[in-house]
Amino acid sequence: MQNPWLKRLQAGRIIDTLLPLVAVAGALIVGAVILFLLDKNPVEAYKAMFTGAFANKNGLADTLVKATPLLLVGLGIAIAFRGGVINIGAEGQLVVGALMTTFIGLSLGEKLPGWLVIIIALAGGALMGGIWGGIPGYLKARLNVNEILSTVMMNQIAVQVGFYLLRGPMIDPAEVAAGTNIPHSARLPKSVDLPRFVDIARALGFTERAKDLGLTGFNAELYGLFAEPTRLHTGLLIAIVMAVLVYILLWRTTIGYRIRAVGISPAASRYAGINVQRYMVLSMGLSGAFAGLAGAVEILGLHHRMFEPLSVSAGYGFSGIVAALFGKLHPLGVIPSSILFGGLLVGGDKMQRAVQIPQVLVTAVLGLVVLFVVGSEIWSRRRANRRVSTGPDELSGAAGEASS
Amino acid sequence: MTKSKKLLPSGLPRIESIEMRGIVKRFPGVLANDHVDFSVYAGEIHALLGENGAGKSTLMKILYGLYQPEEGQVFLNGRPIEIKSPTDSIAHGIGMIHQHFMLVDNLTVTENVALGLKSSREPRLDLGRVRARILELIDKYGLQLDPDATISDLAVGEQQRVEIIKALYRGAALLVLDEPTAVLTPQEVADLFVIFRQMAKDGHALIFISHKLHEIIDLTDRVTVLRDGRVIGTRQTAEVTKGDLATMMVGRDVLFERVRPTAERGETRLTLKNVTAFDSKRGHRVLKNVSFQIHGGEIVGVAGVSGNGQRQLAEVIAGLWPVSEGKVTIEGQDVTNLPPANMIEAGLSYIPEERMHDGAVKEFSVAENLILQDHIRPPYSKGIFLDFKYIADHARRMIKDFSIKTPGQDTLIKNLSGGNIQKLILARELARRPRVLIAAQPTRGVDIGATEYIHNQLLLQRAEGLATLLISEDLDEVRALSDRIIVMFGGEVMGIVNNDDTTVEELGLMMAGEKRLAVSAAGQALHKKPVAP
Repeated sequence: MQNPWLKRLQAGRIIDTLLPLVAVAGALIVGAVILFLLDKNPVEAYKAMFTGAFANKNGLADTLVKATPLLLVGLGIAIAFRGGVINIGAEGQLVVGALMTTFIGLSLGEKLPGWLVIIIALAGGALMGGIWGGIPGYLKARLNVNEILSTVMMNQIAVQVGFYLLRGPMIDPAEVAAGTNIPHSARLPKSVDLPRFVDIARALGFTERAKDLGLTGFNAELYGLFAEPTRLHTGLLIAIVMAVLVYILLWRTTIGYRIRAVGISPAASRYAGINVQRYMVLSMGLSGAFAGLAGAVEILGLHHRMFEPLSVSAGYGFSGIVAALFGKLHPLGVIPSSILFGGLLVGGDKMQRAVQIPQVLVTAVLGLVVLFVVGSEIWSRRRANRRVSTGPDELSGAAGEASS
Repeated sequence: MTKSKKLLPSGLPRIESIEMRGIVKRFPGVLANDHVDFSVYAGEIHALLGENGAGKSTLMKILYGLYQPEEGQVFLNGRPIEIKSPTDSIAHGIGMIHQHFMLVDNLTVTENVALGLKSSREPRLDLGRVRARILELIDKYGLQLDPDATISDLAVGEQQRVEIIKALYRGAALLVLDEPTAVLTPQEVADLFVIFRQMAKDGHALIFISHKLHEIIDLTDRVTVLRDGRVIGTRQTAEVTKGDLATMMVGRDVLFERVRPTAERGETRLTLKNVTAFDSKRGHRVLKNVSFQIHGGEIVGVAGVSGNGQRQLAEVIAGLWPVSEGKVTIEGQDVTNLPPANMIEAGLSYIPEERMHDGAVKEFSVAENLILQDHIRPPYSKGIFLDFKYIADHARRMIKDFSIKTPGQDTLIKNLSGGNIQKLILARELARRPRVLIAAQPTRGVDIGATEYIHNQLLLQRAEGLATLLISEDLDEVRALSDRIIVMFGGEVMGIVNNDDTTVEELGLMMAGEKRLAVSAAGQALHKKPVAP
């Protein structure tokens, strides 16, 4: 391999790595133009956005709280993509996971120790999401039903089932008694709440507040994030552990090898004796299980009761896809990317309030980020192609020669 | 020279000369064409020879306007011209016949020729006029073709003539022929060469790309050899031998003769008995009553024109295509319609025809591709965890033992050359110590050096007692390696002959479906008496 070529190639890699950030910057610049046209000060708006999401403990906590379901959903999406199937059904999988977790929490919560119920409820949510994702996987494997269509439709079914359950069998008896009939479930017993970070910090003996310790500035905020009451809960730790486990699954085990082989080349996998259908169902099922787990974590860590399905899912099923793509479909890459998107969600909210712009503009900026990321993705793929290949015939020879 | 003399039979002006001078084309990391000079004149067939990656395709793509050269100039009849796109090259009278036909199967010859051309009376079609012009061309060039025939009803040789008509219809005075014989029977090749010679005589200029040296010797007037993007030399074909050309192409002496020592024929390894299979999508039979046996220490070749059931035959044995009737056994074990995993378990190795599509995962590394079947077995994995250290060691061993050219075992195989990918697949399939090997087109698109290597490996395995089914459209390859030859036509076995007792003519007739030999139930040739088909 000749050195100049190697160097160029490595230079290319660096650009590829930085590309997502460039894409975000590009989206923000276009967003700034829109803000400017609306007679708002873009600098002020973005400052509000950034400080809102990252500069203080509550902003950071909210960012991480939103990053948690994004990360879990994103992991599932990454598995599906790696397995060659596309899961647009994370919304529905998240909803059924949340419903199942609520059901388990309510029916077992008083009868068994809290930690055990938490484990059963998390597993139940994941299992339910897995089933919800596995059905489209099975339909694709057996009957060649397009999984994009079937997962989208399964979303509708999940949401409607949720509406029904929350207005009927699962409605909070207190609401019925009071005659208000707000469609939400009863609160889960406190014993099944996922511990918050502050609970852990106190258990470990960090009882002082930041100002008692004489901390100031960002250090105080950081300390506060972990040791003072915020909404931050241990679902984040579960999600990060899961990211590591997914990495191990995909790259260290025979199961992951097969998932990836099937995803890249079903024909070669079949040739090699891999049951392609089975691995399609498995990829979709695992993908759904992570979305279901996201729903479970949202219930146990944040909401503690089930309410309107679309408010619980909060679009995570779709934003999670973006987070996964932004993380290059790599489990560990999805961690920073979901934090970034969590920050954008929180910061957008703060920006909206700070400069009085309509909510839709925040959504538009997020949409721009998606467009830029996808666009940059295509650009970098073209670059990659240019780097490797030349023409159909010469392609092989070119690289062969370069390597000899 | 009078004006009339300068016209081609098609009525269009000749290209007296095309000269490409000092052509330079770079791709990242590779100098694909390094100051290449190439020329072709009216009335001449000029061969362009080189291994994969030598730069022939790049040069021809520049001529056809698909690439722009960085340096150098193309001259038409001595005048410099710019070729910015295929539209330009067609306007200059340059036509290209691709290796893979660009025809629409369910349209007629006339419709295919008209396809993509503007009608002379838009918006209505002018198929009548097109047909008349085709008939004129058929007549002038003696091509023998029915303009109203549907492409799917035509034999491959006839489809090739449609491609030639298409080029002529578009006014081609110079034809670039990219491996035009790859899919033809020996007889069809002979017919095609008659046409080419006549075209040259009529004043066309022809560029003939091929890696079959004997065809170059047979057909062409001059030959230019490329290696690593540079012209190694241009010679009068009459003054060179096959050996000279091979040496120029590879840069060292090449052996053509494969030494096939007598090997002890062992026990029966693979048996097919009355195997019939269908293509469920198209609803027709792809294999009809196929029966044969392969023994240890034996290479059985399958000869036939592309698309006569060879691919399905391989896939039936590999468990990738369902058998509707009949039985497949590997070493006495009935494996009919078992999934591929069972075939692999039974000791089958399969080098598939479409190696990049079926035989390898192109976004996987060399090491990962080497464990495609065996990653679930120790020592490659323990429980569900892959043993990376062992896998890497294994890969390094394979790279060394099979001389796979790669920067390392972690390189993605999409970055390897075709020949090296084929060596990788060969390494993987042989390292599994198979009982039966199916090698489908093992050297297609592979350069001479790698071909030599692969052939020698197959012979080596034969000596060690492997039973090999060699499926190849390259009759020379089948002849060079096989002990027995099965000829297939229309999904049927036309005959099974001993390689040493047959002739190219006999094989050619069977490949064309014009001759059938009686075959015993055991799949042995009884005698060489033709029976009515």
